[in-house]
Amino acid sequence: MATALEMVSGVKPVMVWHQETEIPDVDLIAIPGGFSYGDYLRAGAIAARSPVMSSLRDKAAAGVNILGVCNGFQILTEAGLLPGALMRNAGLHFICREVHLRVENTNSYFTRSWAKNAVIRCPIAHHDGNYFTDPDTLKKLEDQDRVAFRYVNENGNVNDTSNPNGSRNNIAGILNDRGNILGMMPHPENLIESLHGGTDGLGLFKSMLENVA
Amino acid sequence: MTDFEITPQLIADHGITDEEYARILELTGREPTYTELGIWSAMWNEHCSYKSSKKWLKTLPTTGKRVVHGPGENAGVVDIDDGETIIFKMESHNHPSYIEPYQGATTGVGGILRDVFTMGARPIAVMNALRFGDPDHPKTRHVASGVVAGVGGYGNSFGVPTVGGEVEFHPSYNGNCLVNAFAAGLADIDKIFLSEAKGVGMPIVYLGAKTGRDGVGGATMASAEFDDSIEEKRPTVQVGDPFTEKRLLEATLELMKTGAVNAIQDMGAAGLTCSAVEMGAKGNLGVHLDLDLVPVREDNMTAYEMMLSESQERMLMVLNPAKQAEAEAVFKKWELDFAVVGHTTDTLRFEVFHKGEKVADLPIKDLGDEAPEYDRPWLETPASIRIKPADIPVLQNPVEALAELMGSPNQCSRRWVYEQYDTLIQGNTKQGPGGDAGVIRVLDETGRRKHLPTQKGLAFSVDVTPRYCKADPFEGGKQAVAECWRNISATGALPLAATDNLNFGNPERPEIMGQFVGCIKGIGAACKALEFPIVSGNVSLYNETNGEAILPTPAIGGVGLLTDVSLAMTIPFKNRNDVVLLVGGHGNEMGQSVYLQHFFDREEGSPPPVDLAKEKSNGDYIRSIILNRQINACHDISQGGLGLALADMCVSSGKGCVVDLGDEDAHIALFAEDQARYIVTCHPDQVQSVTDMATTAGVNVIPLGTVAGDTLKVTGVGTISVAQLKNAHEEWFPSYMAG
Repeated sequence: MATALEMVSGVKPVMVWHQETEIPDVDLIAIPGGFSYGDYLRAGAIAARSPVMSSLRDKAAAGVNILGVCNGFQILTEAGLLPGALMRNAGLHFICREVHLRVENTNSYFTRSWAKNAVIRCPIAHHDGNYFTDPDTLKKLEDQDRVAFRYVNENGNVNDTSNPNGSRNNIAGILNDRGNILGMMPHPENLIESLHGGTDGLGLFKSMLENVA
Repeated sequence: MTDFEITPQLIADHGITDEEYARILELTGREPTYTELGIWSAMWNEHCSYKSSKKWLKTLPTTGKRVVHGPGENAGVVDIDDGETIIFKMESHNHPSYIEPYQGATTGVGGILRDVFTMGARPIAVMNALRFGDPDHPKTRHVASGVVAGVGGYGNSFGVPTVGGEVEFHPSYNGNCLVNAFAAGLADIDKIFLSEAKGVGMPIVYLGAKTGRDGVGGATMASAEFDDSIEEKRPTVQVGDPFTEKRLLEATLELMKTGAVNAIQDMGAAGLTCSAVEMGAKGNLGVHLDLDLVPVREDNMTAYEMMLSESQERMLMVLNPAKQAEAEAVFKKWELDFAVVGHTTDTLRFEVFHKGEKVADLPIKDLGDEAPEYDRPWLETPASIRIKPADIPVLQNPVEALAELMGSPNQCSRRWVYEQYDTLIQGNTKQGPGGDAGVIRVLDETGRRKHLPTQKGLAFSVDVTPRYCKADPFEGGKQAVAECWRNISATGALPLAATDNLNFGNPERPEIMGQFVGCIKGIGAACKALEFPIVSGNVSLYNETNGEAILPTPAIGGVGLLTDVSLAMTIPFKNRNDVVLLVGGHGNEMGQSVYLQHFFDREEGSPPPVDLAKEKSNGDYIRSIILNRQINACHDISQGGLGLALADMCVSSGKGCVVDLGDEDAHIALFAEDQARYIVTCHPDQVQSVTDMATTAGVNVIPLGTVAGDTLKVTGVGTISVAQLKNAHEEWFPSYMAG
């Protein structure tokens, strides 16, 4: 993620250590994928309680944009900054493969460069990406246009076979109510140059760069 | 301390023979203590001492203009230009993986990653060669699912992409699976760390995770055959912790930048004993260890247990004392243990103290680099008989038979396996599993792009055909090297060097030792002819259960260099109307073929011989037409022959082809496994130049047909739809594992 951000923006991101208590003033806070603290206990559970998180909460409340990808999404749900939870994949295995996503919300800081309902390719690589939330929250997410990405087939249709992990409503990524936090399981940063076999993931970075000086 | 009495039974339980014990008595100068017996056993077992194999390993070509460090270090080091090196090795974790598949596999991956980063390299790619029993054997599904989950569980969490590997089923692995893990890492040529201690009185520092009782006696277990009591051996399997390994990686690489490291060695087999002895013996120094200073996670551990524990994620370092504070701060930051546990001496003795008592005092050179070496008796494998093409049974419709073969356990898609591995992490994967070789872009150590005109790439492949090795160890050994070299060449990369993981049965049986010797000779001949030296490796013997040996399985893992990663060639057909060409001519070697094995249940005859000169000229030609951008697709021809290779190209692209075999017998031309062959495709405008270049290079190239339609059609023989091939290819693995 750091390499991708640098490649797209030309600026080297500042790295923040988990024990720091003050996150500097930045345009974007990215919580990348990985296995923070080994994902022991539950994916993201320990990281969500690390010392740096209180500063992250302050930044979130102040409206700073926060992106959580894969483990980052899991950490944001564990921290309560996004609703719901990421459960073990329905097939019980880790899955690394390319899937198709439909961009549902194109008004956000993170997704505005895409056309509405654009169908993009994107890799996934996770063991716990099965998005779950209660029916009321799910309804709210749908009604408030907070589902950012949905797993679809290559024609853009939502169905069970295009759902790799059992997520409710094929949800792959969601926004918070204020729209400054995006959590998503897929890895757009791994599809941004010809080496990767495509550049469909660039849309996320283009969106985020639109207003950066 | 309470010591066990040294009885003949106790000696035998340590896997020490009478002759070896007599030598131990002589070298110790008295009866060894219980701890000392454990130390001798740990250092002199097959796994650590290579006592049966050393004589033959020395015959392998291990040098070359790009070889920086060959065998003898934790991993081999190969120059890839621009001041950079690739550091790699392959190692087995067979015995533990059969006993406890998940943990056996995780710790296999962990061990090989440590071998690589101990030398200062950041791991950039892993592969694994897995072999399981007959799919119908009651344990196979359990072992396979546990091993695959374990390989993924560790590598995914650690954060290194899996770029290739092999999965094979055969009844000879029913009671003894093979888990061979390969890892490769990048380091600058002037920042490589070795295990040879330098200087007297230097502090010895313990790094990483704490020591527990797990894995006590693991290396001794790995040097014995299995029998029906294997379940009792479960406590000797270690438990992996990939998050600690990730911290240990970052801490070690950071530590190396401080200038604190004099010598460093990971704790693998026989843990503290092996790492301390190796650093001292290599440096011609003695070692003084104080076990009261070793960080432990269990109470009342004995000296014996601490010396033989195989707890994971640990390192031992000889410290530059001026940098102690800085070094310690790095490990504190990563929340890992850092403890000075001893120092180097000028006595050439290995002295170990525990609770104020000296529990071991042994000659370090005899423990380490002067351990026993055997010239075991060996019997040459009887020559196999070539089966004449005329004696091969004919299948009525060989083209339709391709679907059955594509859906068979050994030829079907490995997607179920590799989708459980993170193949994309680090963002540099050009070609993941499923190609002829995995291809990774090279970035510098900080993860940023080097300012070079083109981005370099590295290609990785691991190969062996055990059936061939059993029928003819010499040709089989040659073929393993040739296929690895060919797979790398098929991506356009120049093969640089290889690592070998030699899995065999009990070397005390002359016919097994004969297989080993034959394979080594074949590997040596091929490595020499193809300028593909062996720079690291591992030997796993005693792969037998109740007297039944596995097929001889010398897996070869190779690395190749692409000066421009964007030129890497791939298998799928690209454009309709592209011309399909066969490089290396039609074949007729059917002995030990998949055709005979699958359709007629016959593992018979002599394997295809490897003409190394032809292998070299055909491979050199393939690389040149790839780098000249003359072709659009390339696939090597191996098991299953031309037919299976064409089917792979169809299935991976979703495009069909029409080919003409001329006057050849279809079942022979489609399924012969002759070596040194490839299929390539090119634009019609390029055919002339591609064939002209072949003529100049003395390479046989035959136009076969074109990329067209949605079927694989062999003119005058038969047709099958690509969809049917694809369904067959994808179906077997998931439905078997769900069964």
